[in-house]
Order: sequence, then structure tokens, then C-alpha cells
Amino acid sequence: MELVIAIAIGVLASSGIWLLLRPRTFQVIIGLSLLSYAVNLFIFAMGRLRAGAPPVLGPSGTGDLATYADPLPQALVLTAIVISFAMTALFLVVLLASRGLTGNDHVDGREVDP
Amino acid sequence: MNWLEHLTVAPILIPLVAGGFMLLLDGRNRTVAAAINVVATLSLLVVAIMLVALEGGQNAGGHVYLLGNWPAPFGIVLVADRLSVLMLLVTAILGSATLLFALARWDKAGAFFHPLFQFLLMGLNGAFLTGDIFNLFVFFEVLLAASYGLALHGSGPARVKAGLHYIAINLVAALLFLIGASLIYGTAGTLNMAALATRIAGLPPDERLLFEIGVAVLGVAFLVKSAMWPIGFWLPNTYAAAAPPIAAMFSILTKVGIYAVLRLGFLVSSSEDDVSLLFGGNWLMVGGIATILFGMIGIMASQEMAKLAGFSVLVSSGTLLAAIGYGGAAVTGGALFYLVSSTFAIAAFFLLIELVERGRAPADDVLAVTLEAYGLDDPDEADDSGEVGIAIPAIMAILGSAFIACAVLLSGLPPLSGFVAKFAILSALVEPTRGPTESWGAWAVFATILMSGLATLIAMTRAGIRTFWASIDRDLPHVRVVELAPVAILLILCIMLTVQAGWAMRYMRMTAEGLARPGAYIGAVFAAPPAQTEPFKAAPVATTADGGPP
Repeated sequence: MELVIAIAIGVLASSGIWLLLRPRTFQVIIGLSLLSYAVNLFIFAMGRLRAGAPPVLGPSGTGDLATYADPLPQALVLTAIVISFAMTALFLVVLLASRGLTGNDHVDGREVDP
Repeated sequence: MNWLEHLTVAPILIPLVAGGFMLLLDGRNRTVAAAINVVATLSLLVVAIMLVALEGGQNAGGHVYLLGNWPAPFGIVLVADRLSVLMLLVTAILGSATLLFALARWDKAGAFFHPLFQFLLMGLNGAFLTGDIFNLFVFFEVLLAASYGLALHGSGPARVKAGLHYIAINLVAALLFLIGASLIYGTAGTLNMAALATRIAGLPPDERLLFEIGVAVLGVAFLVKSAMWPIGFWLPNTYAAAAPPIAAMFSILTKVGIYAVLRLGFLVSSSEDDVSLLFGGNWLMVGGIATILFGMIGIMASQEMAKLAGFSVLVSSGTLLAAIGYGGAAVTGGALFYLVSSTFAIAAFFLLIELVERGRAPADDVLAVTLEAYGLDDPDEADDSGEVGIAIPAIMAILGSAFIACAVLLSGLPPLSGFVAKFAILSALVEPTRGPTESWGAWAVFATILMSGLATLIAMTRAGIRTFWASIDRDLPHVRVVELAPVAILLILCIMLTVQAGWAMRYMRMTAEGLARPGAYIGAVFAAPPAQTEPFKAAPVATTADGGPP
């Protein structure tokens, strides 16, 4: 499982960085989204991977730490998801404004002559 | 309960409530929003002054406020120590001055100036107060989200283009911040800054390596904010494109990165033998020197004054990073003094540029440079020689003296506070307190800081001659008192820093020494007792003495 997660994070991050460095604004925003997915998975993995372990105690009360997942990274991921979602939406608006003002979708607002 | 206890959280709550309330108002109702904004910003100033009076004294650990009343390290803590309250005060002063300036006309350039301004203040204050890394991330995002909106305030192609770059690079920096924070949590098991400092020594070597990688990635995220070379190219364009009062307010944004580096850098290196050295100090010093050099070249090359101001932000950042990276309480104390002085000076300069450039065609600067370059200097100059009797108009004289004050402050010439700050850094650098291996670094920083002063002086003189002695026809700028007042306030504060330099320097030195010995900070965080609350009673008739619910 660790290998699968690690490869997934790697693929997402590398595709994200590739797209981030492209000259079209839409590619940049997709790249940012992919990167944020990679980072969210990474935060999650930092709480140690464990299948089938609940992060909260059941109604029975006491529990053994060995059978529970760390809840804190999950809370952090939730916050990070919300923030990166909002920022992506904001970036999208700026992207559209830039498209409307300059008439093209280059990140510098003007096409580079070949 | 003593209300002074809750003063620590007020710098976050006041702008949050004010900004949230303004969102409910109709976006076109600017008078009420402006009034709320002024009241909130001024009350922040009062709170900041009270906090400095309360916490700036002998208590090195500062006041710890437990959010949600959970004891550290389980809950999030706010810590108001000397450095935090100093930054709060600088933010509040800068906020009041720029708001006053913006009220004259700039707040009408777009919708939602006032709420965004309050949210920016909230993010800044929260980032300065918090003692938790993830909470720091959240406040960074709050201030950045507000700054995206403010950078685009007034719209237009130049702002949207610069804003696009600014948002993209800061989103990547935010992702780096998250990677760093989660690596730190994955290895040390806590995000509380004080708890981190106590756990470093117990980490096994392989985890220690991962932890330091985490701190370094986090550091890169901070350094993007403080615009260190080579990750600071976004800054001059963004600041030059932003509306002038907003650019002036942004001059504190780079200092947030510096603050975070200072705060965390000293805490995570506290287990080392030499406690006065920062984590990754040598890298910071090299990066700082490179930033100063890049900023210097930019200052010399810029044709517009707004770009010139943007590059002086880079020079100021670089000077701070180089001085902080060299380390030592004396140098850091000087750097803190420089931080305050340069923030005020750059903000005043940004505001001044807008006043001076009013009434001149946008291409005038470029035209003047072209004329100089091709030797086509003023073909009709000879005709003007007879007009000796014409006095300099009063407004240009006032603006000109303010410009001279800015030039003196930014280049670090005597007699103003820029000189005191640079002298404090430089004289501490040459003190032979370290071994010979460090002395090359000291001399490199010394030489670069001096050279940057010279470059700033040359560029400012050239810009001043071109603007104030230009023979290109121009209308006199129409300037209102309310617009001139903020510039005057910021410059007078710099003069007061010069007059009261001894007192201010002592405060900075004490702050730097407190940072270098984080024991008091850590002790205060862990010793903070949760407030005693009465156990919940089911009987509804029982109320507490002050009449509130139990």
C-alpha cells in the first residue's frame, strides 16, 4: 500500500509541476490542482497509513492506540482541501479576467512570437 | 475574568468581526464601511500600543493565550511576546497610515476594499501571534487571500497580469508550506512551535534528517514571501502594479516571511550548542547577499519610481536576511530596528510616488531616460534661463522634502533612522566575537549593505532630479492634506525612531536576546494554566456573579 500511495503522490506531483511550468493559464490551474492533490495525499500519509483503523473512539470509550489512526493529519487535510479549493476558484476568476482583458490565454498576457 | 487576559486575541477578533460585518453591508455603501474600517483599525492601534506596554517589559516569555482553553501542546496557543507585539504595532501603524491615504480616493477604485483590508490585518496579526505551525498556515492563507483581492483592486491589464503571477507563485508556496508542516508533524509528532523545540533533541538521526528537510521546505515557503533571490522575481512587478496605498501596506508582507524565519529558525535550533545561531543561517546569509545584489541592479535599472520602490523592498528583505543569517543578538537587534525603519520608509515612499506622479503623463519617466541616453537633453533649456524669479511651488517643495527624507532613509545616510539601523548592523558585524571562518561572511555582508546604500542613493538622486527638476511640462499635482498626512506621519515616526534611538535599540536588543534564548518562550507556553471554569451545572437558576451563564 505504501508503494502505491508513494507512486500516486509522485505521479501527481510530477504531472502538476510539468503543467505548472506550461505557458497556458488553464494548464497552470490544472497543474496547481494536481499538485494540491499530491500534497493532500502526502499530509494524509504523514499520519502513517493504516487500513481499517478509525480515527475516533467508539461509544465504548477507551481504546488501544495501536488500533486507531492518527486523527490530526485528517483534520489538517480537510483544512488544506478547503483552502486549496477556494484558492483554485479565485485563481480561475483571475484567469478569466486575464483572458477577457488580454484576449489570449498566455500567462504573460501576450503570445510569444515563434 | 480579567479582560486584559483577552487582549491578546483582540488583534484577531476586531478585524474578523469588522470585516465580516462589512461583508453584510451593501457593497455600494462606502461611507459606513469606511467608518467601520477606520474605527476597527484605530482600535487595533490602541490594542497594539497596550500590548506593547504590557508585554514589552521584563517578561521575556510573553503572554500565552490558550484558544479553547486547552493546555499546550494539545490546543492552539497565541503568544504575545516582545517580537510579536512589536510586529503588531508596526502593522497597526502602517494600517492606519495607508487607510487614511486610501480614504481620499483609492478605496473607490473597486468593490470590497474595506473588508479585504480588515481581513489582511487579521491574517497579519494572526500570523504574528500564533504559536502553532498549522495555524500559521491558516493565517498566511487569510492574509494572502485578502492580498490577492487587494493586489487586483482597481483592476486593469497590468494588475491582472501581475496578480496572476503573484497568486500562482503564492499557491505553490502554500503547497510547500503544507509539505513542510506535514513532514514536521510526521517526524516530531507535534505542530506546536514550543513543543517542537523540546522534541528535536530526542529524535533519532534518520527522523532528524527528515525533520530538518521539513523545516527547510517550510523555510523556502517563508522565503518566497520575503522574496529572497531567486524566488523573489514576482515582487517588483506586483508591487509596482498594485494601487499605491495597497503597495504601501504590502511592504509589511515580506516582513511576515522574515518574522516566521526568525521565530521558527531560533526555536528549531535551540537544542544546538550555540543557541544564538539560526537554523540554516549560512544559507540565509548567502541568499540575503544575492537578494541585495539583485535588488541593487534592479534599483539602478528601473525607470519608473514604483519599480524603484519595489526593488528597494527586495534590498530591505535581503539586508534583513543577510543580517539575520549571520546571527548573534547584536546583529539581529540591529536587523529588527532596520525592519521597522525600512518598512515605514518604503511605505511612505510608495505613497509619495503616487502624489508626485499625479499630473504627469505615464511615459514621462521613460522619455526622460531616453533623452538622457541619446544626449537630446532639453533643446529648449536655454530659453528658460531668464526665469530665475519663479519660486518653487509650495506643494512641490513639500513633496520634494518628503522625497529627500525617503531617499536618506532608504539609502541609510545620516541623520535619519535608516543610518542608525545600518550602523547598528554594521558595527555589530565587525565585532570580533566569532572565529576567523565567519569573518569572511561578516565582511561580505558588510560590503554588500554599503554598496546597496550607494546604489539606492544614486538611483534616488537620479529619480529625484528627473522628477523635481524636470523641464518636461507638467501640471502641479493636486494633493489633499489627508493624503499628505500619512506620508508625514510615517516619516515623523522614522524621525522619532532616530531621536529615541537609544530606547528603541534597547527594546530591539532585548527582543533579539529573547529570541536567541527560547527557553523563556517555551517555558511560558507550557506553564500557561488553563482558565478555571466552573463545572457545568444542570440547574438553570444558577448564574455566576457577573450575571452571565456559567
